[in-house]
Amino acid sequence: MSGPQPVAQSEVIAGARSQSEPLIKAGSGYLSDSLFEIAMLACGVCVLGLVALIIYELARGSTLSWHAFGWKFFFRSDWDPVNEQFGAWAFVYGTLVSSLVALVLAVPLALGVAIFITEMCPAWLKGPLAFTTELLAAIPSVIYGLWAIFVLVPILRQYLEPFLGKYFGWTGLFEGTPYGIGMLAAGIILAIMVIPIISSITREVMTAVSQQQREAVLALGATRWEMIRTGVLRNARAGILGAIILGLGRALGETMAVTMVIGNRPEIARSLFAPGYTMASVIANEFSEATGNTYLSALIEIGLALFLVTIIVNILAQVLVWSVTRGMPARGHA
Amino acid sequence: MPSPNNSDLTRVGLWRRGKDVLATIGAAGAVVLVLVPLIAIFGYLVYKGIGSLNWAFLTETPKPVGEPGGGMANAIAGSCLILLIASCLGVPIGIGAGIYLAEYGRNRFGDLIRFTADVLNGVPSIVIGIVAYGIVVLAQGHFSALAGGVALGIMMIPTITRATEEMLLLVPQTIREAAYGLGVARWRTTLSITLRTASSGVITGVMLAFARVAGETAPLLFTAFGNQYWNWKINQPTAALSLQVFTYAISPFDEWHRQAWAGALILIILIVVAVSAVRVAASHGMLKGTS
Amino acid sequence: MGVGINVEHLDAWFGKTQSLHDISMMIQANHATAIIGPSGCGKSTFVRCLNRMHETIPEARVSGRVRMGDLDVYNGTAAVQIRRRIGMVFQKPNPFPTMSIYDNVAAGLKLNGFHDRRRLDEIVERSLKVSALWDEVKDNLRKKSGASLSGGQQQRLCIARALAVEPQVLLMDEPCSALDPISTGKIEELIFQLKENFTIVIVTHNMQQASRVAEFTGFFLMGRLVEFDKTEKIFTTPSDKRTEDYITGRFG
Repeated sequence: MSGPQPVAQSEVIAGARSQSEPLIKAGSGYLSDSLFEIAMLACGVCVLGLVALIIYELARGSTLSWHAFGWKFFFRSDWDPVNEQFGAWAFVYGTLVSSLVALVLAVPLALGVAIFITEMCPAWLKGPLAFTTELLAAIPSVIYGLWAIFVLVPILRQYLEPFLGKYFGWTGLFEGTPYGIGMLAAGIILAIMVIPIISSITREVMTAVSQQQREAVLALGATRWEMIRTGVLRNARAGILGAIILGLGRALGETMAVTMVIGNRPEIARSLFAPGYTMASVIANEFSEATGNTYLSALIEIGLALFLVTIIVNILAQVLVWSVTRGMPARGHA
Repeated sequence: MPSPNNSDLTRVGLWRRGKDVLATIGAAGAVVLVLVPLIAIFGYLVYKGIGSLNWAFLTETPKPVGEPGGGMANAIAGSCLILLIASCLGVPIGIGAGIYLAEYGRNRFGDLIRFTADVLNGVPSIVIGIVAYGIVVLAQGHFSALAGGVALGIMMIPTITRATEEMLLLVPQTIREAAYGLGVARWRTTLSITLRTASSGVITGVMLAFARVAGETAPLLFTAFGNQYWNWKINQPTAALSLQVFTYAISPFDEWHRQAWAGALILIILIVVAVSAVRVAASHGMLKGTS
Repeated sequence: MGVGINVEHLDAWFGKTQSLHDISMMIQANHATAIIGPSGCGKSTFVRCLNRMHETIPEARVSGRVRMGDLDVYNGTAAVQIRRRIGMVFQKPNPFPTMSIYDNVAAGLKLNGFHDRRRLDEIVERSLKVSALWDEVKDNLRKKSGASLSGGQQQRLCIARALAVEPQVLLMDEPCSALDPISTGKIEELIFQLKENFTIVIVTHNMQQASRVAEFTGFFLMGRLVEFDKTEKIFTTPSDKRTEDYITGRFG
């Protein structure tokens, strides 16, 4: 409040202005600013450099194998280190099948979870549920593998596979001795691992659909499920597809859990009970013991293929997801 | 007799409402199904691992095959060493790249870096292992903790970069302007004001990246390689917790299986602590910093 | 003591859009000059050109001459050095959220390399007294964060922060528009007292405020300086019809 203050104030202020020279003698800062910007730029360029380095290293390492076997490398299935004959088809097949099984199992569940959390869940439950699904994503692959070996595989061997063999064996997918270890186990554990990512991206994409879209459908007298189907899912279609493809990308590159339960035999069989081998698994198992340069080069070439495939898949997925979450104007407003 | 119109409406109504209920049940069912493995995994980890978690386990090195007892002390220490190396590589570059993107990179070149960071994020970890093998192991002629650290450090970068950029962008422009108005140089403003304001969010990002790589096994298989004994030298093969769990899990020995569960339990506790701390920090620390 | 600012033929652009056209003006030392005009007329842009804040926006450009005493603001002196001589207070109070009250006031000094503890203590106390905030915060200087104060207190904190580096000119961009009337009154009182030792330029959309605190007023319209004169004259017998229309409320 004013009162005795004004007098005291001007004395104080007069004291403040006693100097005419600036208090701070520091310089212009041009040099430091430039150096700093260069340093930060260097970090950014490192990111670019790393990807370039990856491509370079993989290409360099694969040349031997490429020269020896050419394109056909990926379509031959003889993997014979002793005679230095390498063909990666069994691994490509194994990767594709295990990922496909994983998606078939994961997509309905992941979508269900996403729909429940976003549209159906009571508010107090949302946070804990979302956190729990994120927790699933945080579990390391090796722990999934550990659990799969000692819990999932026995269940498959003793209960699920005999059941499937008995009632669905006619499809050809469930034939042969149920070892537990094999393609089905790999597919199931992969499914559990990709559910969180498909679910969380789907949630993101569904939340990005504007409230107006939902209200427009409800105003027409739709039930909640109809609103979800036509007001949300339809608009988020591209993004959901993107989420699924991101899940695929994750499944393709997954190594440890798959290695631990797939059986690691480069075989091609129709039955899901049979053991298999994936691109990531063969690298994991055989890289440190690869004798001979061609052997190593073949494994690196598999790594290069894995790299290229996952990149393309991930880019495609990103584009799809962005089309919904960024910059796409809401269609059909009142 | 009810008029045809009414009963038509009622019938359609029932079917549609039925679908609605089914959909809800289906979605809730999916949630339950998904929660089952989560609970099962955590449950088993505790059930099977807790019994073996004792002082001996945490302080001893592995015993020779077949002998009971022994522990994973060297693996825990090795993981710490490798993660330390990884952080020294990943954290500065990640934060630097994030600063670049937020403060200088609002342009096409910045978009290229953002895109590349996302690409890097999606590279399978085993491929990163191959690269680290090529540039470190081959160059040195042997496996090493350094190689493992390099592999994990590369994996940390994209997560840290994106988190740093996001958090820095949340700092209101007026805070920077307040510093510029005082005659503070731009680099000083970025470090002492902007980064400081965003610091809890950035730390969150670093911890998330850390938690993610702490459990990685694949890239260590042929970089750090593993070791039965203590190792503190960065140029020697080193044990790691995740590697040890893997090796023991696929072995034929029950004794080692038991220890694998214990090791996995330690690993998951560390990761859950990190992830939960992140959540707690996010709900108050970050908001406080940018109000 | 404050110095005067001489603006000669100042133009400013945001990318291709020109937002200031040929502004020329003499801002008197140790007086308060108000800048008034409707929204979007370039008032803030003009003031931000005085301390070279305009150029922090990418694609912003300036031409013309601004002289502060002997210094040419744009040629021959680094922007950071100019900004230490010209302080700025913003529309919405922006104390540094992670810093205590003490650190906020001392920020301009510490971040520029000045670390003498004893003198810092003196300067912080003096600046807070000058901005009439000392009594309210003196017991909590290091414990309370800058952001925990009320709106009016935060703005006085920002003024203290600006004054701590001992500028010669103080620019205020609508400093009271986010504050309640009581805080506004306190700050206007402050401006009265600061005038004796600083040159003040205050942007305001509140014409009553301009007539209360400023001896001179400039009226801006669409990026041009329409009229610049003693406040009394502007508000009683303006020379330009547009000025008259604005102050009588016909637009803006």
